[in-house]
Amino acid sequence: MKEEVVIGLEIHIQLMTKAKIFCQCSTDYIGKEPNTNTCPVCLGLPGSLPVLNKKVLEFAVRTSVALNCKINQVSRFHRKNYFYPDLPKAYQISQYDTPLGINGYMEISLPESTEKRKIRITRVHIEEDAGKLVHEGDITFSSYSLADYNRCGIPLAEIVTEPDFRSAEEAQIFLVKLRSIVQHLGVCDGNMEEGSMRCDANISLRDAKTGALGIKVEIKNINSFKAVKKALQFEVDRQKKLLAEGEKIMQETRHWDESKFITVSMRSKEEAHDYRYFPEPDLLPLKVDLKMINNIRKNLSELPEARRKRFIKDYQIPEYDAEILTSSKALGDYYEKAVSLYSNSKVLSNWIMGELIRYLNEEKVEIKDSPVSPEKLVGMLKLMDEGIISGKMAKDVFEKMFKTGKDASQIVKESGITQITDENELIKIVDKVVNENPKSVEDFNQGKEKALNYLVGQVMRYTKGRAKPDFIFEAIKQRVKE
Amino acid sequence: MTLNQLTAHEVVNLIQKKKITAHEVMQDIFDQIDKVDNMIKAFLVINRKEALKQAKEIDVKVKNGEELPFLAGVAVAIKDIIATQGTETTCGSKILKGFIPPYNATVINKLKEAGAIIIGKTNMDEFAMGSSTENSAFGPTHNPWDLERVPGGSSGGSSAAVAADETFVALGTDTGGSIRQPASLCGMVGLKPTYGRVSRYGLVAYASSLDQIGPITKDVTDCALVMNVISGHDNMDSTSVNLEVPDYLKPCQAGIKDLKIGVPKEYFIEGIDPEVKSALDRALKIFEKLGARVEEVSLPHTKYSLPTYYLIATAEASSNLARYDGVQYGYRAEEYKDLSSMYQKTRSEGFGSEVKRRIMLGTYALSSGYYDAYYLKAQKVRTLIKEDFDKVFSKYDILVTPVSPTPAFKLNEKVSDPLTMYLSDIYTIPINLAGLPAISINCGYSKSNLPIGLQIIGRHFSEETILRAAFNFEQNNDVEKRKPSIKPTKHKEATE
Amino acid sequence: MTEKIITKKEVEYVAKLAKLEFNEGEKDEFTSQLNSILDYFKKLNKLDTERVEPTAYVISMPNLLNEDVVKPSLSQNEVLSNSKYLKNGYFKVPKIM
Repeated sequence: MKEEVVIGLEIHIQLMTKAKIFCQCSTDYIGKEPNTNTCPVCLGLPGSLPVLNKKVLEFAVRTSVALNCKINQVSRFHRKNYFYPDLPKAYQISQYDTPLGINGYMEISLPESTEKRKIRITRVHIEEDAGKLVHEGDITFSSYSLADYNRCGIPLAEIVTEPDFRSAEEAQIFLVKLRSIVQHLGVCDGNMEEGSMRCDANISLRDAKTGALGIKVEIKNINSFKAVKKALQFEVDRQKKLLAEGEKIMQETRHWDESKFITVSMRSKEEAHDYRYFPEPDLLPLKVDLKMINNIRKNLSELPEARRKRFIKDYQIPEYDAEILTSSKALGDYYEKAVSLYSNSKVLSNWIMGELIRYLNEEKVEIKDSPVSPEKLVGMLKLMDEGIISGKMAKDVFEKMFKTGKDASQIVKESGITQITDENELIKIVDKVVNENPKSVEDFNQGKEKALNYLVGQVMRYTKGRAKPDFIFEAIKQRVKE
Repeated sequence: MTLNQLTAHEVVNLIQKKKITAHEVMQDIFDQIDKVDNMIKAFLVINRKEALKQAKEIDVKVKNGEELPFLAGVAVAIKDIIATQGTETTCGSKILKGFIPPYNATVINKLKEAGAIIIGKTNMDEFAMGSSTENSAFGPTHNPWDLERVPGGSSGGSSAAVAADETFVALGTDTGGSIRQPASLCGMVGLKPTYGRVSRYGLVAYASSLDQIGPITKDVTDCALVMNVISGHDNMDSTSVNLEVPDYLKPCQAGIKDLKIGVPKEYFIEGIDPEVKSALDRALKIFEKLGARVEEVSLPHTKYSLPTYYLIATAEASSNLARYDGVQYGYRAEEYKDLSSMYQKTRSEGFGSEVKRRIMLGTYALSSGYYDAYYLKAQKVRTLIKEDFDKVFSKYDILVTPVSPTPAFKLNEKVSDPLTMYLSDIYTIPINLAGLPAISINCGYSKSNLPIGLQIIGRHFSEETILRAAFNFEQNNDVEKRKPSIKPTKHKEATE
Repeated sequence: MTEKIITKKEVEYVAKLAKLEFNEGEKDEFTSQLNSILDYFKKLNKLDTERVEPTAYVISMPNLLNEDVVKPSLSQNEVLSNSKYLKNGYFKVPKIM
């Protein structure tokens, strides 16, 4: 059977409001001592009642609008009932039949083609996050779990796609774009490692000829962006292998194992969940004002797509550069700040896409924490323009800037590595090199361009890279002709 | 007459006029509690020291000539389903024994701001599920009028305490009649406000779309006084209505001439005790004498109220009570093998049988495959019941009905058959389904000296009108005001 | 509208959903009690509610929405004060087997 991969995603994003969704505890819960960020409402104490944070509604509408959804003007909450220690009320306040946003879409560029695919967004809805369970003790012996409710009541938006992805890579492309969008909207920081963005997937293989649907497997516990493609690809391969061997695929939930790079079946004595959804009686149905929706639509922050186009137009940089520079809001912000201080936008782009990103990745630093700020980068480039340091030297200077946080002129001063600008001194060295390397001179005169490079290299060796290459080139050429 | 026999408004007045001190009044209250509560068992918790201290503080204010808030010095008893910070709140259940809320319900804060003194928590049917207070995990409360009889439920403790002069005022809660029925069985005034009139923040939920907190008092004036204090919008309760609170004392002064009173015929068919019927008939004549017009009306969907109520209330309850799982607070079973068995044992050992029965019913009604047939169906019938009232209220100002088909019944008489117990709520339940306000007041006594009550129902947010009608009736009826003589019975009390 | 009467097996399923357990005698008692209650509820089927809207909310008013402002949380002590099953500030619960 020729199979077609069918993947759908279910993504949860934590909304970056100051207060929780139904109470006024802070959303800044990470790193806090257990059970220090709660109140009777998010703890679900007897007698407590929820009141919706208006910013949550606004952020969710923003997200729905950015994803081209239709907004349900009457949107109500439902209770999803089940027992688990991280769920203090034994129900989650969520949405069921009237989610806030429906029938949206997002376009993604397919890998290695100019083709675009429209990924349909089934729904965007609002719900509350649960607490955290820490498991202790040995898995095999009687042991216990520890419950921390600090995360209860953190506002979530759940985004569900239609099964429109045809490969693991497409799913990853979508997620990267979604993350960029929510960052640009200012509603979520998109940090999968910290759990502010979570992704579950449904994967099946469809018969490409007959269109017969395959068995759906749910994949959970994908904890990073890198893991998305790996986990989904693994599962696709696993299913393909089973079918090739004539085996059946079981409908189940599987967890991605980060250490073993495999998906593992989570089938325990599974009782299919009967969530007994019913309308939440403690919250009146949300009447979403048309004026508010239009206002949000009008004032929507610039989305990555639009920013990319603007970068190309305003800064005259190629599409490739613009794509990378707008892949995260923070990176785009960095670039724009730099460009406001320095006119050569392409040089900036090169340095940012090159050295800056390289060091950020190597040292595992976020762009917002970069020791080289846009101002400092521009400062260094200006030193280059003034001839105080050469391009090659600049790379060393940059590394030092990154590692020490000092600015370029300070580093240059301290290490005394300014370019040699005294032409007489340079010519003396050129003479020396020319005299020492008669063969290369002859080779050059015979047309071997490479020999010139060798001679330049020798000058550089003597000057410890502090000579300006252009000048050296010219000087050597002249000398040799003589 | 002793101090504890006064009404709240008399106490407030006398304290203000410096005729009595708050402390001596409070002391008298506790003397009465000491004298009778071992027979009545209305209280689960008594805050004697704190209450006397607060009474002294009121006296200091009086001495300093400070302005006194509305309920200064008035002893208030709180049904144990309302959260009181620092004081145990059990909801009459083993599963919450020892639970001490770290916060106050909004109504508690309002009462405190008004100078009221909370003297203790009263007994109730477990999680407000019952009509006799026999479902309490801590033993039943006894009716002050006849200690072998129930005080009604689920606010039996609150009602008995007021009737026995153990407190001036009590708060109860009403989901299907739990303020009105016990008030009626104990000869007191009990008001269930319009849904949304009083904040539910801090009210441990039974059925979220039906629950309301309300006063149980000795007379209508006290009822209006308490309503002035506890009513109003609350930012902590999304279902509390943002409507101004009128002065509920004012309307009591106006008459009821030309008030149009409807008497629903469906409330007077089979099952009603003849003494209750004749008391109601006499009462209606009094309304007519006062200038009101009394006519028969019809609420055709009345007979569907009981199943509608029990499906909606139990469904919501099954969800509201799921949080009692032994994890954060309350009872946790001692022996279990894993998480699932911990849940099951905790809940099975912690809940009483009526609660378990309603949880089962509610879970079933919401479960996959049955939602449409039961819960959704009940929600639709609820609309029909509400529309019956809307139609009638387009022509009539209030409705008058009995509260309970019989006066107080004997302990243990109805516990064995749940359906029989449910039927004692038939006159009160439809009002909760429609969210209307209703007040229960005494309109007579049976031959065996048991109080009989009548119910006055009004349109949404028409508490003023029902209070006016109740006040006029109270001031002009021919029923002598009696007090229960609380004495131990000759025979041994029937125990559970 | 099918008229359903609850079976003992269904009672067991519902008990599991509600995290309640009963001995055999209790199960039988519950089954018969629930059956008589549900039988009484069959009354509702006599009503034609095809074109009736369900009442989920008996009042209607503008949504209550709070400002996005942080207020102080409970202290850890207050939160933990009602349990004796604690460890290092966490609530201790048995694991699922």
